[in-house]
Amino acid sequence: MSDIPSELKYASSHEWARLEEDGTVTVGISDHAQNALGDVVYVELPELDAIVEAGEEAGVVESVKAASDIYAPIGGTVIAVNSVLEDAPETVNQDPYGDGWFFRIEPNDVADLDELLDADGYGAVCEDDEH
Amino acid sequence: MAQRTPLYEAHVAAGARIVEFAGWDMPLNYGSQIEEHTCVRTAAGMFDVSHMTIFDLDGAGAPAFLARVMANDIGKLTAVGQAIYGTLLNDAAGVIDDLIVYRREQGYRAVVNASTGDKVEAHFATQSADFGIGIERRRDLAMVAVQGPSAITRFQQVVDDARASALAPFTSYEAGEMMVGRTGYTGEDGVEAMLPGAAAVSLWRELAALGVKPAGLAARDTLRLEAGLNLYGMDMDESTDPLESNLAWTVAFEPTERDFIGRTALETIKATGSAMKLTGLVLESKGVMRHGQRVVTADGDGTVTSGLFSPTLGYSIALARVPRAAKGKCEVDIRGRRVQARLVRPPFVRHGRKVHG
Repeated sequence: MSDIPSELKYASSHEWARLEEDGTVTVGISDHAQNALGDVVYVELPELDAIVEAGEEAGVVESVKAASDIYAPIGGTVIAVNSVLEDAPETVNQDPYGDGWFFRIEPNDVADLDELLDADGYGAVCEDDEH
Repeated sequence: MAQRTPLYEAHVAAGARIVEFAGWDMPLNYGSQIEEHTCVRTAAGMFDVSHMTIFDLDGAGAPAFLARVMANDIGKLTAVGQAIYGTLLNDAAGVIDDLIVYRREQGYRAVVNASTGDKVEAHFATQSADFGIGIERRRDLAMVAVQGPSAITRFQQVVDDARASALAPFTSYEAGEMMVGRTGYTGEDGVEAMLPGAAAVSLWRELAALGVKPAGLAARDTLRLEAGLNLYGMDMDESTDPLESNLAWTVAFEPTERDFIGRTALETIKATGSAMKLTGLVLESKGVMRHGQRVVTADGDGTVTSGLFSPTLGYSIALARVPRAAKGKCEVDIRGRRVQARLVRPPFVRHGRKVHG
């Protein structure tokens, strides 16, 4: 059973979003997603200052075996990317909700977060995945 | 409902992530495929390859039958226990499958892929009509590959049979219902054992007790690609011939009177020269090459047939079918991004070490 922290929001495409105190939103992929991908060996992150829409492709995560697109869970401007992942992509496997974050967005509208799934809703998506 | 090998319960108990492959529920990994890969390169790992298809061929006509269906020459097996790698071709010289054939006291044993078992069974049935042979598909046998620098030592400890450590590469011995071949699909030393299911479960448990780690299909794929070994269905199929699949060494044109299926087509191809070749690719910057991606060379375009991230080397490697004259630098189109790569001769890793500078 994978770890789904209750304080985060989730996209059905397996990204998580966390509202920070400064109103920005940090994005990563879920424990379920990193587990399904297996050992992550390469992460392609969005450009700084890129403007992304919710559901738009914003990067790629490659494991030994497969490539998977990363979608922005919320629209806004990319204000930070996690450069640690360039040299240590395995951080995504080790700490998906912490040091393995992907990028941070200044959202167009924080209220858009309400469109995302809560932990229970996302848990149901993961269960469907396994059947 | 997918088929399960006798080791299925052992995989689940070891925390395997199970996937369906060629109609079988097989372990993809038991946690980290990179750790499993490294374990095989540096110590010993074991694979459940019971999904592979095994045929026993008996009868006076068996040598003539194998001389007819194989592009390699079964006549090279001059003693009991010897084994040979080769391909089965169609009339157009397309590859029906690749296989290993072992010579036994009585007859031969052929091991073909899991995904092609039914196809090969039908092909054998059609082709064997005039040869007076018996063909038995051994669904009762499981198969365990023990691979890595300490694989034979560990295997020897379990079976306590001096023949195990004395085996020459590509030879085999039989002990009761178990056949052991010094063969594999990882580029490391090791053995493959074919044996009844219950015996396979015991062997697996005893090897595990000696510290041999289970490794899944994902590690098997990275290991075989580093070793430059083709995977049927990815790097070759019925639309490609062995000469353009880096398998010219497995085609025996001598003796000239041996009329194997595909020979005429292959002689024509050989005379005119193949337009394409299968060779290796290393990626020179970040990213991962994948099956189907376009390769752009100075001599024309090619295609990645197998691509992944090499755990031993720390960068992406691939097999690719490219124009025959192509060499040196090229580019690979990775989802719209052109990335620099270099054509090299496989293998990429030999006995745990990098081959190319």
